[in-house]
Amino acid sequence: MENRLRVLRAERGLSQADLASRLEVSRQSVNAIETGKYDPSLPLAFRIAELFERPIEDVFVSPSRRSSGAI
Amino acid sequence: MTRSPAAKRYNVRVIWLSLLYAFSLLAATYGFKHHLLNGGLAYFAAILPALSIIGIFGAMGRYLVEETDEYVRMLLIRQSLWASAFALSLATTWGFLESFGLAGHIEAFYIAVVWFLGLGLGSIYNRLTLGASAGC
Repeated sequence: MENRLRVLRAERGLSQADLASRLEVSRQSVNAIETGKYDPSLPLAFRIAELFERPIEDVFVSPSRRSSGAI
Repeated sequence: MTRSPAAKRYNVRVIWLSLLYAFSLLAATYGFKHHLLNGGLAYFAAILPALSIIGIFGAMGRYLVEETDEYVRMLLIRQSLWASAFALSLATTWGFLESFGLAGHIEAFYIAVVWFLGLGLGSIYNRLTLGASAGC
């Protein structure tokens, strides 16, 4: 799933390891989510959005809205 | 890669169970070779190495329960599915070859070894599909 995690992380000057530590997950998890290789569960997606103080749709791009050209 | 506390506990359990396996196998082999075991004790000595291997399967299950990182859990589940598919496929194929007299008999406990080899195949598959960091 496409997302803005890398951009949001860079804006705050966080490394993948920093973000992983704050989310209490492994760095490889952050990397997999950032690169779109792994879609996080809803609880983890909400934790990520809350950490960046953004609505979840500001972090993750809905696949259905993207395919319909709405974004 | 930094190991999670759950992964560290898993490693410790597997090390202890592996030591128990090696010790029980040596003891059972010695006991049977020198005709020291009979009756219920012989059955107990014979299955003790198996119990250690079953314990390792149990440790893997416990690790899946205790691991809080959902991505790492998914990687291990994919590896386990690969291992199961590999071991069951090989066992089924060999069983038919053996029943038609085209292959010799293999002790059934080797299927556990094949399953652990399958975990390695699963790790390779994870690396190929999800990148270098996905190999556990």
